[in-house]
Amino acid sequence: MATTTPPTTETSSTAIVGHDDLYRQPTFLTSVVKSDTFRLFLALVALIVVFSVLKPTAFPTLSNTLNILSDAAILLVLAVGATFVIITAGIDLSVGGVLVFSSVVSAMVMAGIGDGTPLTLIIGLIVALVAGTLWGILNGFLVAKARIPALIVTLATMGASLGASLLITNGVDVRNVPFSLVEAVGSGTVAGIPVLALIALVVAVMFGIVLAQTRFGRYTYAIGSNAEALRRTGVNTTRHLIKVYALAGLLAGLAGYLSTARFATTTLGGHSTDNLATITAVVIGGASLFGGRGLMIGTIIGVFIPVVLQNGFVVLNISPYWQQIAVGAVLLGAVYLDQMRRRSRDR
Amino acid sequence: MPASTSAVQPLLQATNIKKSYGHVQAVRGADFTVYPGEIVSLIGDNGAGKSTLVKILSGTVTPDSGTIEMGGKEIKFDGPTSARDHGIETVYQDLALAPDLDPASNLYLGREVFRKGLLGKLGFLDRKLMLDNAQLQMAQLGVKLKDISAPVADLSGGQKQSVAVARAAMWAQEIIFMDEPTAALGVVQTQQVLELILRVKAAGISVVLISHNMPQILEVSDRVEVLRLGQRVARFNAADATVDDLVTAMTSGTMEVNN
Repeated sequence: MATTTPPTTETSSTAIVGHDDLYRQPTFLTSVVKSDTFRLFLALVALIVVFSVLKPTAFPTLSNTLNILSDAAILLVLAVGATFVIITAGIDLSVGGVLVFSSVVSAMVMAGIGDGTPLTLIIGLIVALVAGTLWGILNGFLVAKARIPALIVTLATMGASLGASLLITNGVDVRNVPFSLVEAVGSGTVAGIPVLALIALVVAVMFGIVLAQTRFGRYTYAIGSNAEALRRTGVNTTRHLIKVYALAGLLAGLAGYLSTARFATTTLGGHSTDNLATITAVVIGGASLFGGRGLMIGTIIGVFIPVVLQNGFVVLNISPYWQQIAVGAVLLGAVYLDQMRRRSRDR
Repeated sequence: MPASTSAVQPLLQATNIKKSYGHVQAVRGADFTVYPGEIVSLIGDNGAGKSTLVKILSGTVTPDSGTIEMGGKEIKFDGPTSARDHGIETVYQDLALAPDLDPASNLYLGREVFRKGLLGKLGFLDRKLMLDNAQLQMAQLGVKLKDISAPVADLSGGQKQSVAVARAAMWAQEIIFMDEPTAALGVVQTQQVLELILRVKAAGISVVLISHNMPQILEVSDRVEVLRLGQRVARFNAADATVDDLVTAMTSGTMEVNN
């Protein structure tokens, strides 16, 4: 095709006129301002402004901001993995259970070594990451190879991972977590910013770049958009899907480690709604449950909207139960918008 | 018989192809010929074995018996990838586009180009190069899109079809199979796609057209091969044939005697 001579006859009947109109790219600024993600960002800013105006002494303070960042960190790590999974048109309900499992095994290993040296902390991290990844690979294998719907697979592994955690621990939280871990990671700060938040941000930026710039990201979108089309080009879609679920497991493992560090204990009963919180954040962020659409920046904003709502309601002394209702409403709005978009597009 | 072309060596020659599914003989010893730089239509009534034959020739289905030669050498396909390695591309009826990706990403789907250096080794895509080449490709074929960065889902039916054809033309060295490329299109868009097919031919790539639209076939094809009950029953030079000839051959043709 490289040696093609351009068509000499100008018989085209396409309704485009001037040469300048061909391949007109919208400028960067207009495409940003017009994007749904930008509107979402404005909504987050509006929330922050409203809470700040209503409670100027308590909401827009440094300590409260750091609170919000710490609250959002673990959810963000989970949501980064869920963004990939949801873009493939999949779902991962198991993240909370996998988080707890990874937290338990890594805490037990660290407690078993007992010395709390940096090496021990690193071993604990590796154990958590490996444990999470193994659950993720199992999820991916069952979804991609055994062709069991992701909803069912991850519902099963959610129960299995949590049950395994309870079996290993006899239902009692592992509390003798190395204090050095809590000090360095859980409540540590670098330049005033919580280490937890920094780790989460690094993870989000790194995998945001992977999603947007690499072939791994491209295939993730393509699978969610039209898996058969990708398969016909000779790409091993099964293997890619397993990798995506493995990534979600890996990040759930990391989240488990961060959770141990933050709470100085495993939190066996504390993560039963993490999966829903994660999916909510990703969907508010603009990813489509039907696959093919989603941006990491949207997920980051989508994580902060529920967290800011929760925090703002607490600061304003409104019952935090209202937060659940508000987040539910935002979620419905986000999915409704996605549906409208699809309908107008598939016409 | 195509006396004018028979002196030229066929680009692709399928001989005595057979394929059965259980007790159903979909293709019973079919022959099919493609000459270099031509548009040849493959026609036949429903159940004549067209789609099976095309799947065999584009590598998605393995025949039970028979030979496929390209440029005089026998070749075997073990999947669509190996057909592509021989310069054969297929435009499927469902187009096989990823609607959420832009046209350039679709043109390069499964054949992404990495950046140079370390970033490339890490899997980073050379989006600029792919976008530029995709634009060039579409400009050469006269495919005009208002916004090259818009997802394929936002394009009209004809534009989607054009993107699918442009992708095939970008990678095909020898032959493109097109399964009902205008079946879902309106009059204007159909005309655009037909012009596109002619430009593909002008670029030196042979096109095999599968269609039910007889006047359209006669309009764009150089030759027509007719399949009936899993066998080739007639061949026409499009210039010498009428719609009646084609329909008669499709419905009551018998195994061709010569060649």
